[in-house]
Amino acid sequence: MKIKNKIKITVNGKQMHVIPKFSLNSLITKLKIPLNKIAIELNKKIIDKKKISKIYLQNEDKIEIVHFIGGG
Amino acid sequence: MIDKKFKIANRSFKSRLIVGTGKYKSFKECAKAIKSSGADIVTVAVRRVNISDKNKTRLMDYIDPKKITYLPNTAGCFNAEDAIRTLRLAREIGGWKLVKLEVLGDKKNLFPEMIETLRSTELLTKEGFKVMVYCNDDPLMAKRLENVGAVAIMPLAAPIGSGLGIQNKVNIQIIRKQTKLPLIIDAGLGQASDASIAMELGCDGVLVNTAIAKAKNPIQMAEAMKYAVISGRKSFLSGRINPNILGSASTPNKGII
Repeated sequence: MKIKNKIKITVNGKQMHVIPKFSLNSLITKLKIPLNKIAIELNKKIIDKKKISKIYLQNEDKIEIVHFIGGG
Repeated sequence: MIDKKFKIANRSFKSRLIVGTGKYKSFKECAKAIKSSGADIVTVAVRRVNISDKNKTRLMDYIDPKKITYLPNTAGCFNAEDAIRTLRLAREIGGWKLVKLEVLGDKKNLFPEMIETLRSTELLTKEGFKVMVYCNDDPLMAKRLENVGAVAIMPLAAPIGSGLGIQNKVNIQIIRKQTKLPLIIDAGLGQASDASIAMELGCDGVLVNTAIAKAKNPIQMAEAMKYAVISGRKSFLSGRINPNILGSASTPNKGII
Protein backbone atom coordinates (compact mmCIF):
# COMPACT_ATOMS: atom_id res chain seq x y z
CA MET A 1 0.00 0.00 0.00
CA LYS A 2 1.36 3.38 -0.90
CA ILE A 3 0.88 6.05 1.72
CA LYS A 4 0.36 9.46 0.18
CA ASN A 5 3.64 11.15 -0.67
CA LYS A 6 5.65 8.37 0.88
CA ILE A 7 7.58 5.47 -0.51
CA LYS A 8 7.61 1.97 0.88
CA ILE A 9 10.92 0.29 1.71
CA THR A 10 11.83 -2.92 3.52
CA VAL A 11 14.65 -2.74 6.05
CA ASN A 12 15.86 -6.01 7.53
CA GLY A 13 12.56 -7.62 6.61
CA LYS A 14 10.46 -4.84 8.16
CA GLN A 15 8.36 -2.40 6.16
CA MET A 16 8.98 1.29 6.59
CA HIS A 17 7.67 4.41 4.89
CA VAL A 18 9.90 7.33 4.11
CA ILE A 19 9.53 10.58 2.22
CA PRO A 20 10.73 10.73 -1.40
CA LYS A 21 14.35 11.87 -1.87
CA PHE A 22 15.28 10.13 1.35
CA SER A 23 18.92 9.04 1.23
CA LEU A 24 20.43 5.85 2.57
CA ASN A 25 22.53 8.04 4.85
CA SER A 26 19.35 9.60 6.29
CA LEU A 27 18.02 6.11 6.97
CA ILE A 28 21.16 5.05 8.85
CA THR A 29 21.08 8.30 10.85
CA LYS A 30 17.38 7.86 11.61
CA LEU A 31 18.00 4.32 12.87
CA LYS A 32 20.97 5.55 14.96
CA ILE A 33 23.26 2.85 13.65
CA PRO A 34 27.04 3.40 13.86
CA LEU A 35 28.25 3.27 10.26
CA ASN A 36 31.69 1.87 11.08
CA LYS A 37 30.19 -1.30 12.57
CA ILE A 38 27.85 -2.33 9.76
CA ALA A 39 27.55 -3.31 6.13
CA ILE A 40 24.64 -2.37 3.88
CA GLU A 41 23.01 -4.21 1.02
CA LEU A 42 20.54 -2.46 -1.26
CA ASN A 43 18.50 -4.86 -3.39
CA LYS A 44 21.17 -7.53 -2.84
CA LYS A 45 24.03 -5.26 -3.92
CA ILE A 46 26.64 -4.24 -1.37
CA ILE A 47 26.83 -0.49 -1.02
CA ASP A 48 30.02 1.48 -0.59
CA LYS A 49 29.44 3.20 2.75
CA LYS A 50 31.22 6.35 1.51
CA LYS A 51 28.54 6.89 -1.10
CA ILE A 52 25.39 6.51 0.97
CA SER A 53 24.55 10.21 1.15
CA LYS A 54 24.20 10.21 -2.64
CA ILE A 55 21.95 7.16 -2.84
CA TYR A 56 18.24 7.98 -2.70
CA LEU A 57 15.77 5.30 -1.79
CA GLN A 58 13.18 4.15 -4.30
CA ASN A 59 9.77 2.60 -3.75
CA GLU A 60 10.01 -1.16 -2.99
CA ASP A 61 13.74 -1.01 -2.19
CA LYS A 62 14.96 -3.78 0.02
CA ILE A 63 17.74 -2.89 2.44
CA GLU A 64 19.74 -5.23 4.64
CA ILE A 65 21.88 -3.80 7.43
CA VAL A 66 24.16 -6.30 9.11
CA HIS A 67 26.76 -6.35 11.85
CA PHE A 68 28.86 -8.86 13.76
CA ILE A 69 27.33 -10.95 16.50
CA GLY A 70 28.73 -13.78 18.58
CA GLY A 71 29.34 -16.97 16.64
CA GLY A 72 31.48 -20.08 16.51
CA MET B 1 63.10 -26.11 21.72
CA ILE B 2 61.82 -22.88 20.25
CA ASP B 3 58.51 -23.30 18.49
CA LYS B 4 57.98 -21.86 15.06
CA LYS B 5 55.42 -19.09 14.84
CA PHE B 6 51.74 -19.85 14.36
CA LYS B 7 51.12 -18.33 10.96
CA ILE B 8 47.97 -18.15 8.88
CA ALA B 9 48.13 -16.54 5.44
CA ASN B 10 51.46 -14.89 6.37
CA ARG B 11 50.10 -13.36 9.56
CA SER B 12 51.62 -14.45 12.86
CA PHE B 13 49.57 -15.06 15.97
CA LYS B 14 50.70 -15.55 19.55
CA SER B 15 48.06 -18.03 20.67
CA ARG B 16 47.24 -21.31 18.97
CA LEU B 17 43.79 -21.21 20.55
CA ILE B 18 41.01 -19.61 18.54
CA VAL B 19 37.82 -18.89 20.46
CA GLY B 20 34.24 -18.61 19.25
CA THR B 21 32.04 -15.80 20.57
CA GLY B 22 28.65 -17.55 20.43
CA LYS B 23 26.45 -19.02 23.19
CA TYR B 24 27.73 -16.88 26.08
CA LYS B 25 25.29 -15.50 28.65
CA SER B 26 26.41 -11.95 27.84
CA PHE B 27 28.98 -10.00 25.85
CA LYS B 28 30.64 -9.20 29.16
CA GLU B 29 31.14 -12.86 29.98
CA CYS B 30 32.34 -13.51 26.42
CA ALA B 31 34.91 -10.71 26.66
CA LYS B 32 36.20 -12.02 30.01
CA ALA B 33 36.51 -15.56 28.66
CA ILE B 34 38.45 -14.35 25.63
CA LYS B 35 40.82 -12.48 27.87
CA SER B 36 41.46 -15.48 30.09
CA SER B 37 41.88 -17.76 27.03
CA GLY B 38 44.72 -15.59 25.72
CA ALA B 39 43.30 -16.01 22.20
CA ASP B 40 44.14 -13.36 19.64
CA ILE B 41 41.64 -14.59 17.05
CA VAL B 42 37.90 -14.87 17.67
CA THR B 43 35.21 -16.07 15.30
CA VAL B 44 32.17 -13.86 14.71
CA ALA B 45 28.97 -14.17 12.69
CA VAL B 46 27.18 -11.76 10.37
CA ARG B 47 23.52 -11.07 11.17
CA ARG B 48 20.87 -8.40 10.72
CA VAL B 49 21.05 -5.36 13.00
CA ASN B 50 18.02 -5.19 15.30
CA ILE B 51 16.49 -1.97 14.00
CA SER B 52 13.69 -1.81 16.56
CA ASP B 53 16.04 -1.80 19.57
CA LYS B 54 18.40 1.09 18.91
CA ASN B 55 20.11 0.91 22.28
CA LYS B 56 21.13 -2.70 22.02
CA THR B 57 24.84 -3.19 22.69
CA ARG B 58 27.07 -4.72 20.06
CA LEU B 59 29.83 -7.30 20.13
CA MET B 60 32.28 -4.68 18.87
CA ASP B 61 31.58 -2.56 21.97
CA TYR B 62 33.03 -5.36 24.13
CA ILE B 63 35.68 -6.95 21.94
CA ASP B 64 37.88 -4.44 20.22
CA PRO B 65 38.66 -5.56 16.66
CA LYS B 66 41.84 -3.48 16.78
CA LYS B 67 43.18 -5.66 19.59
CA ILE B 68 41.67 -9.04 18.72
CA THR B 69 41.50 -10.40 15.16
CA TYR B 70 37.91 -10.94 14.09
CA LEU B 71 37.47 -14.02 11.97
CA PRO B 72 34.08 -13.71 10.25
CA ASN B 73 32.35 -17.03 9.70
CA THR B 74 29.49 -18.21 7.50
CA ALA B 75 27.62 -20.14 10.18
CA GLY B 76 24.08 -20.91 9.08
CA CYS B 77 24.90 -20.95 5.36
CA PHE B 78 23.89 -24.02 3.39
CA ASN B 79 25.21 -23.14 -0.06
CA ALA B 80 28.07 -21.32 -1.76
CA GLU B 81 25.97 -18.28 -2.75
CA ASP B 82 24.86 -17.57 0.83
CA ALA B 83 28.39 -18.08 2.14
CA ILE B 84 29.89 -15.72 -0.42
CA ARG B 85 27.20 -13.09 0.20
CA THR B 86 27.86 -13.29 3.95
CA LEU B 87 31.62 -12.94 3.62
CA ARG B 88 31.37 -10.05 1.17
CA LEU B 89 29.25 -8.25 3.76
CA ALA B 90 31.75 -9.13 6.50
CA ARG B 91 34.55 -7.69 4.39
CA GLU B 92 32.53 -4.52 3.92
CA ILE B 93 32.09 -4.01 7.68
CA GLY B 94 35.78 -3.55 8.19
CA GLY B 95 37.94 -4.88 5.44
CA TRP B 96 38.35 -8.42 6.70
CA LYS B 97 39.90 -10.80 4.20
CA LEU B 98 40.81 -13.65 6.53
CA VAL B 99 37.58 -15.61 6.92
CA LYS B 100 36.25 -18.91 8.15
CA LEU B 101 34.12 -20.74 5.64
CA GLU B 102 31.48 -23.04 7.03
CA VAL B 103 28.90 -24.43 4.61
CA LEU B 104 26.60 -26.84 6.36
CA GLY B 105 24.73 -29.73 4.82
CA ASP B 106 22.38 -30.87 7.53
CA LYS B 107 20.59 -29.03 10.31
CA LYS B 108 20.75 -31.94 12.74
CA ASN B 109 24.35 -33.05 12.73
CA LEU B 110 25.75 -29.79 11.27
CA PHE B 111 28.20 -31.68 9.10
CA PRO B 112 29.84 -29.62 6.37
CA GLU B 113 28.46 -29.89 2.82
CA MET B 114 31.80 -30.56 1.21
CA ILE B 115 30.87 -30.08 -2.46
CA GLU B 116 29.54 -26.58 -1.76
CA THR B 117 32.45 -25.95 0.62
CA LEU B 118 34.97 -26.81 -2.09
CA ARG B 119 33.17 -24.63 -4.64
CA SER B 120 32.96 -21.71 -2.20
CA THR B 121 36.64 -22.00 -1.25
CA GLU B 122 37.63 -21.71 -4.90
CA LEU B 123 35.32 -18.76 -5.63
CA LEU B 124 36.26 -16.85 -2.48
CA THR B 125 39.97 -17.40 -3.04
CA LYS B 126 39.63 -16.02 -6.57
CA GLU B 127 37.97 -12.93 -5.04
CA GLY B 128 40.99 -12.34 -2.82
CA PHE B 129 39.73 -13.84 0.42
CA LYS B 130 42.04 -15.88 2.63
CA VAL B 131 39.82 -18.82 3.39
CA MET B 132 40.13 -21.01 6.47
CA VAL B 133 37.86 -23.96 5.82
CA TYR B 134 35.70 -25.93 8.21
CA CYS B 135 35.61 -29.43 6.76
CA ASN B 136 35.10 -33.06 7.58
CA ASP B 137 38.07 -35.20 8.52
CA ASP B 138 38.50 -36.67 5.04
CA PRO B 139 42.13 -36.50 3.85
CA LEU B 140 41.11 -36.52 0.17
CA MET B 141 38.79 -33.54 0.60
CA ALA B 142 41.42 -31.75 2.67
CA LYS B 143 43.82 -32.16 -0.25
CA ARG B 144 41.28 -30.78 -2.71
CA LEU B 145 40.65 -27.76 -0.49
CA GLU B 146 44.38 -27.13 -0.39
CA ASN B 147 44.55 -27.40 -4.18
CA VAL B 148 41.92 -24.66 -4.65
CA GLY B 149 43.68 -22.24 -2.31
CA ALA B 150 42.49 -22.77 1.29
CA VAL B 151 44.83 -21.05 3.78
CA ALA B 152 43.96 -23.37 6.67
CA ILE B 153 42.33 -26.78 6.96
CA MET B 154 39.88 -27.00 9.84
CA PRO B 155 38.53 -30.50 10.25
CA LEU B 156 35.88 -31.26 12.84
CA ALA B 157 36.71 -33.36 15.88
CA ALA B 158 33.04 -34.30 16.20
CA PRO B 159 29.71 -32.54 15.41
CA ILE B 160 29.62 -28.82 16.30
CA GLY B 161 28.74 -28.27 19.95
CA SER B 162 28.72 -32.01 20.72
CA GLY B 163 31.65 -31.99 23.15
CA LEU B 164 32.61 -35.52 22.09
CA GLY B 165 36.29 -34.84 21.46
CA ILE B 166 38.31 -36.16 18.51
CA GLN B 167 36.52 -39.15 17.02
CA ASN B 168 38.94 -40.04 14.27
CA LYS B 169 42.52 -39.49 15.34
CA VAL B 170 43.87 -41.56 12.45
CA ASN B 171 42.35 -39.29 9.81
CA ILE B 172 43.62 -36.20 11.60
CA GLN B 173 47.12 -37.70 11.62
CA ILE B 174 46.89 -38.56 7.93
CA ILE B 175 45.82 -34.99 7.12
CA ARG B 176 48.68 -33.72 9.29
CA LYS B 177 51.19 -35.80 7.34
CA GLN B 178 49.97 -34.66 3.94
CA THR B 179 49.67 -30.91 4.46
CA LYS B 180 51.96 -28.04 5.38
CA LEU B 181 48.97 -25.70 5.75
CA PRO B 182 47.87 -24.73 9.25
CA LEU B 183 45.73 -27.60 10.56
CA ILE B 184 43.22 -26.44 13.12
CA ILE B 185 40.70 -28.67 14.86
CA ASP B 186 37.35 -26.93 14.67
CA ALA B 187 34.23 -28.13 16.47
CA GLY B 188 33.34 -30.95 18.81
CA LEU B 189 35.85 -30.54 21.64
CA GLY B 190 34.44 -30.94 25.15
CA GLN B 191 37.18 -30.34 27.68
CA ALA B 192 40.74 -29.11 28.01
CA SER B 193 42.32 -32.55 27.51
CA ASP B 194 40.64 -32.77 24.08
CA ALA B 195 42.55 -29.65 23.05
CA SER B 196 45.81 -31.19 24.32
CA ILE B 197 45.14 -34.34 22.29
CA ALA B 198 44.57 -32.27 19.16
CA MET B 199 47.87 -30.51 19.68
CA GLU B 200 49.67 -33.79 20.45
CA LEU B 201 48.47 -35.12 17.10
CA GLY B 202 50.46 -32.31 15.52
CA CYS B 203 47.67 -29.84 14.83
CA ASP B 204 48.71 -26.19 14.64
CA GLY B 205 45.77 -24.92 16.65
CA VAL B 206 42.26 -25.53 17.90
CA LEU B 207 39.03 -23.57 17.71
CA VAL B 208 36.75 -23.84 20.73
CA ASN B 209 33.39 -22.26 21.36
CA THR B 210 30.72 -24.37 23.11
CA ALA B 211 33.15 -26.19 25.44
CA ILE B 212 34.07 -22.80 26.92
CA ALA B 213 30.81 -20.86 26.58
CA LYS B 214 28.63 -23.62 28.03
CA ALA B 215 31.00 -24.76 30.77
CA LYS B 216 29.71 -24.05 34.29
CA ASN B 217 32.59 -21.62 34.66
CA PRO B 218 33.40 -20.35 31.17
CA ILE B 219 36.16 -18.00 32.27
CA GLN B 220 38.05 -20.74 34.09
CA MET B 221 37.48 -23.21 31.24
CA ALA B 222 38.91 -20.63 28.83
CA GLU B 223 42.06 -20.54 30.93
CA ALA B 224 42.16 -24.35 31.07
CA MET B 225 41.96 -24.46 27.26
CA LYS B 226 44.80 -21.96 27.01
CA TYR B 227 47.11 -24.15 29.08
CA ALA B 228 45.88 -27.34 27.41
CA VAL B 229 46.88 -25.99 24.01
CA ILE B 230 50.29 -24.85 25.27
CA SER B 231 50.80 -28.16 27.05
CA GLY B 232 49.73 -30.29 24.09
CA ARG B 233 51.96 -28.32 21.74
CA LYS B 234 55.01 -28.70 23.99
CA SER B 235 54.27 -32.39 24.39
CA PHE B 236 54.12 -32.80 20.61
CA LEU B 237 57.37 -30.90 20.06
CA SER B 238 59.13 -32.85 22.81
CA GLY B 239 58.70 -36.15 20.99
CA ARG B 240 56.85 -38.77 22.98
CA ILE B 241 58.37 -42.11 24.01
CA ASN B 242 57.43 -45.22 22.09
CA PRO B 243 54.51 -46.98 23.72
CA ASN B 244 55.35 -50.45 25.05
CA ILE B 245 53.06 -53.05 26.55
CA LEU B 246 55.79 -54.19 28.95
CA GLY B 247 56.97 -52.24 31.98
CA SER B 248 60.33 -50.51 32.16
CA ALA B 249 61.48 -49.60 35.68
CA SER B 250 62.25 -45.95 36.24
CA THR B 251 64.59 -46.76 39.12
CA PRO B 252 67.90 -48.56 38.40
CA ASN B 253 68.39 -52.05 39.81
CA LYS B 254 72.11 -51.43 40.46
CA GLY B 255 72.91 -51.07 44.15
CA ILE B 256 69.72 -52.75 45.29
CA ILE B 257 70.05 -53.97 48.93
